[in-house]
Amino acid sequence: MSELTQHPQHHIKLAEESLQKQTTTLNLGPTHPATHGVFQNIMEIDGERVLETVPTIGYIHRAFEKIAERRPYYQITTLTDRLNYCSAPINNMGWHMTIEKLLGIKTPKRVDYMRVIVMELARIADHLVCNSVVAVDTGALTGFTYVFQYREKIYEIFEEVCGSRLTTNMGRVGGFERNFTPMLFEKLKDFLATFPAVMKEFGNLLNRNRIFMDRCIGAGPISAERALNYGFTGPNLRATGVDYDVRVAMPYSSYEDFDFKIPTGTVGDVYDRYMVRNDEIWESVSIVKQALEKIAKIEQEFPDQKNVFYAPEADHFHLPAKNDVYTKMEALIYHFKIIMGEIDAPPGEVYHSVEGGNGELGFYLLSDGGRTPSRLHFRRPCFIYYQAYPEMVEGGLLSDAVIALSSLNVIAGELDA
Amino acid sequence: MTNELIQNRLIEKFGASLTEWESPYGLLTFRAPADMNLKVMQFLFDDEQLRFRFLTDLTGVHFPDRKGEELSVVYHLHNLVDNIRLRIKVYVPSAKPDVFSATKLFSGANWMERETYDFFGINFIGHPNLIRILNVDEMDYFPMRKEYEMEDPTRRDKDDEMFGRG
Repeated sequence: MSELTQHPQHHIKLAEESLQKQTTTLNLGPTHPATHGVFQNIMEIDGERVLETVPTIGYIHRAFEKIAERRPYYQITTLTDRLNYCSAPINNMGWHMTIEKLLGIKTPKRVDYMRVIVMELARIADHLVCNSVVAVDTGALTGFTYVFQYREKIYEIFEEVCGSRLTTNMGRVGGFERNFTPMLFEKLKDFLATFPAVMKEFGNLLNRNRIFMDRCIGAGPISAERALNYGFTGPNLRATGVDYDVRVAMPYSSYEDFDFKIPTGTVGDVYDRYMVRNDEIWESVSIVKQALEKIAKIEQEFPDQKNVFYAPEADHFHLPAKNDVYTKMEALIYHFKIIMGEIDAPPGEVYHSVEGGNGELGFYLLSDGGRTPSRLHFRRPCFIYYQAYPEMVEGGLLSDAVIALSSLNVIAGELDA
Repeated sequence: MTNELIQNRLIEKFGASLTEWESPYGLLTFRAPADMNLKVMQFLFDDEQLRFRFLTDLTGVHFPDRKGEELSVVYHLHNLVDNIRLRIKVYVPSAKPDVFSATKLFSGANWMERETYDFFGINFIGHPNLIRILNVDEMDYFPMRKEYEMEDPTRRDKDDEMFGRG
């Protein structure tokens, strides 16, 4: 061995003692089918055991916080889309609610419930992606292709709300850009009628599947104490047994009106995370149903509320509908003022958080009275919990490390901001 | 658990060294001296009554106009048992931006501090691995400091006046 390295004609430069070492260095990523996003792990493996892993992140850093300092409030919504793009509407709504908190705008109940419908659908879509991808990484592709049809149906509903699917740029400060259409309610009812059977079948395929359980139980575990110390939030924290959910702890958008459970796990392994997400999908379906009932009740009691889709006091920030801009003086003035940036936000310091698809998505907004934030920081849940990844997988098998990664639901867009 | 109770408890312990008490939008906020950030957080963590054992967020802010205390580090802590948050701020001069690292107290502070170092150049003393995290290693400036023009400075339609601060 040593002869080889010392041979004068040998031009390949190897790291010192790399021929002597007994372990293998493995580059998992940055673009690897098993990482589901652009991030790298440099692993030191002994056979199939992971001895050490060093994550490298930042491959798709797009300087959102810097860009946000030069954008009026309504233009920052598009930046939030690109954080966790699997559940973009939650980010959009979270951002709008942050501004509403700064401005002291109180949204009507109907708007809150409309937001809840959209946010819970986004959560279902997010969890479907994560859970079906865990299944793919354990070798079950069928479930993935099956539930993705229903993610597609959710995207069709988003399309009906705002015209786009993945990066939605949905809603405005104060509410929505337009009312929910009758077609939307139809699509929603169709989804609620057909999805539970599919979800049940997906559950039947995996929840008590011996092969899947053997594969997932005990893989990539983390204790509740360590998870809290690492700043875990969302399903990953709840899988360890801590029932912290922003929707309940600090309710926003009238979540206090809804009746739902917070599913928790016990040991925080891949299986617990899978099951927590699975149960949360059922809770979300129930929340969407409740929200629809509540909206119907409001419309029955107050028929004039049918057309309420934004808070009237947000008119300085809510872009008016285009046909109004062309026909009404008032709307034209607001449109002009908003687009030309003649509207300043009051100075203030706000922290607002929502329960995103994978944890507490926080917005720390510092306004100095200008048209743009003077500082905006996103508390991105997966940036914070992904740093526990080495601790979770070291000592385990390489194949467990792969499913631990997919069960953490690390979204590169959110990780790198 | 109320903001007043937390404030009284902290004043009892640290006296007048904690200043600028306020609670914007109900979130108790105060300023701690830069060399005391860890002491305050350790006390908030250990105290059986206060129990602020969850680090929600850690970030930096640059105030170019505040001479001698241009850089700020903002901590958001959460007491999950009583469900109450608070915000701690420390200020350091950009000439010597030294702040004690909270990594021993919260493992989650590791990357958050690296991010804050990466973008603001705040030197977290005691951090095990204070290197850049999102930007390239070769970068020789701290991009989130308000020292750089975002757009072409010759463009009149993108100057400060257009953004409400002329």
